[in-house]
Amino acid sequence: MTKTITIDPVTRIEGHAKISLYLDDDGQVADARFHVTEFRGFEKFCEGRSFWEMPGITARICGICPVSHLMASAKAGDAILGVNIPPTAAKLRRLMNWGQLVQSHALSFFHLSGPDLLLGMDSDPAQRNVMGLIEKYPDVARNGIRLRRFGQKLIEMLGGRSVHPSWTVAGGVRDPLSDEDRSKIRRLLPEALDITGLALDLLKGAFDDFRDEEAMYGNFPSLYMGLVTPEGGLEHYDGLLRVVDSDGNVLEPGLAPARYREILGEAVEPWSYLKFPFYKPAARRAGSGASGEALEHYQAGMYRVGPLARVNVCDFAGTPRADAELREFRRLAPRGRPVANSFHYHYARLIEILHALERIAETVDDPAITDKRIRAHAEVNNLVGIGVSEAPRGTLFHEYHVNGDGILQQVNLIIATGQNNLAMNRTVKQIAQYHITGGKVSEGMLNRIEHGIRLYDPCLSCSTHAVGQMPMVVEVYGAAGELVERIARD
Amino acid sequence: MHKLRFATAWLGGCSGCHMSFLDLDEKLIDLADKIVLVYSPIADVKEFPENVDVTLVEGAVANLDNLKLAQEIRARSRLVVSFGDCAVTGNVPSLRNKLGVDDLLTAVYHEGPGRHPTGGDEIMPRLLPKVLPLHQVVKVDAFLPGCPPDAERIWAAVSALLAGEPVVLEPNMRTFG
Ligand code: SF4
Repeated sequence: MTKTITIDPVTRIEGHAKISLYLDDDGQVADARFHVTEFRGFEKFCEGRSFWEMPGITARICGICPVSHLMASAKAGDAILGVNIPPTAAKLRRLMNWGQLVQSHALSFFHLSGPDLLLGMDSDPAQRNVMGLIEKYPDVARNGIRLRRFGQKLIEMLGGRSVHPSWTVAGGVRDPLSDEDRSKIRRLLPEALDITGLALDLLKGAFDDFRDEEAMYGNFPSLYMGLVTPEGGLEHYDGLLRVVDSDGNVLEPGLAPARYREILGEAVEPWSYLKFPFYKPAARRAGSGASGEALEHYQAGMYRVGPLARVNVCDFAGTPRADAELREFRRLAPRGRPVANSFHYHYARLIEILHALERIAETVDDPAITDKRIRAHAEVNNLVGIGVSEAPRGTLFHEYHVNGDGILQQVNLIIATGQNNLAMNRTVKQIAQYHITGGKVSEGMLNRIEHGIRLYDPCLSCSTHAVGQMPMVVEVYGAAGELVERIARD
Repeated sequence: MHKLRFATAWLGGCSGCHMSFLDLDEKLIDLADKIVLVYSPIADVKEFPENVDVTLVEGAVANLDNLKLAQEIRARSRLVVSFGDCAVTGNVPSLRNKLGVDDLLTAVYHEGPGRHPTGGDEIMPRLLPKVLPLHQVVKVDAFLPGCPPDAERIWAAVSALLAGEPVVLEPNMRTFG
């Protein structure tokens, strides 16, 4: 390997990452790596705290999808209490979860990827951002802002604030939905639905301009995982884990999410703080079948999560407009097989927005939605609680072990984005190999490679939660800010 | 009209402060008339540029990359704003500070086929032993607390900065959390 190109930092994604491209003597891409460079250690520093605090703390893992952590954390708390939360509380949580899906997907499509899709992958990097979009396509930008705002407003109406609301609790939620806010949501819905329709037209209209991207951006077989309803429908708050392979075979039809450890393992590589979750049965099959071997072949257990995976694993969406779109979406792949191209994460995201808006409309019409019975009270009744939900970026797991006083003894979090780590690496390599030949590299090419990451809309401050054998530098500063001593340990 | 050279950056945080910035919603469209966004995680400039008028910095200083960026920001910005509780106090990221260096070192990754991330090369930054608020690393000109500061608070600060006035927040806009 004669030359390494580093993209540092990867921009228009959430969190800190770099990409390395390794070129051989002929200037061809031999390998590529996506490095996640931040580490936070939530799992470890939460030990010794009360599980009641966890929604508030873990929401701060991520400012884009705090609601997902609120959901998974509160659900783990429900399990520790051993309660069935009041039906209205579950409906209200779903409402907020869909609100978040709308805002987060709108952000990804309009604010983060929109500049590539509308201004062009090779456009001036100084302009290639949401401000540039505002200048060149003010109407589209305004639509994006307003669609995201719909989701943020819904979260704020329920939880009192748009980012990090302290509203979900073990046992339910803190505040009911008022009649006034319910009418407000109804008034805001038609515009949000219109904008989503426009976004779908915009994207589908652009497919012709993105033939290469459609063919080459993360197009490979993999497994897909997501929650489905007991009937097999698209699901974001509860449900069963389903795993499907690239031929459309169902490997796990509906596993209780609390049993996730039976199928998921996590690998580690020295060049990223982000772990590599994998589907254990596939990794085991790739080896001799012994479970100790699974880790050696973990790459064979690559699976994708998030919008593309969810629309691939479900049998139907369950709402009319989203189902119509889903039928059209399915034509992108041979009959009965999942859509394997990560470029279509964009499309899947818009279908999910549509579905969420339709569900929100149904739910606010439910007479029980303004009921005031929204919280079950109990003590610690179970020492283990597992809470699972679908974050915008994929399946999210919170597992808490507590003592009789509810003090956390052990915490395990499996974050949506991490589960796409193998696929993101593969995608980066595929795009780099396609665009870079003979060592010639342009800014636009590098941006295309970054777009390969943006497809997954990763959330990296979420992902790197685990504590490990970390390298350390101790720097001691004097009062005037001068470096007095520096101690490094590997 | 002279447009302000405006930047935003994130260090060790959750991006929630940036999300709150985007909650300015349609005010962003007004802002596009008054500023040039010269650097931001939501834009594509890779090097922090020279001659920046105002930089909002989200997040605490948690690793060597954060430290380096904080120093570049300071050297190249006229005004640096500590944006949100993580930057102002260390907040949630600093919860790891109660774990001594040794505790962190002895805790291990659950399992792995190869070596653990080691950092220390050009790619993977080393962690600082303690997560620090921004002002312990560089001089800060204004503080904008909140986890995150809400859009109204951000707008109060940004409008003052646009007008060339000092950031003076009402007491109810100076709360944490
Ligand atoms: S202050 Fe709060 S919202 Fe801002 S980065 Fe820190 S945790 Fe996130």
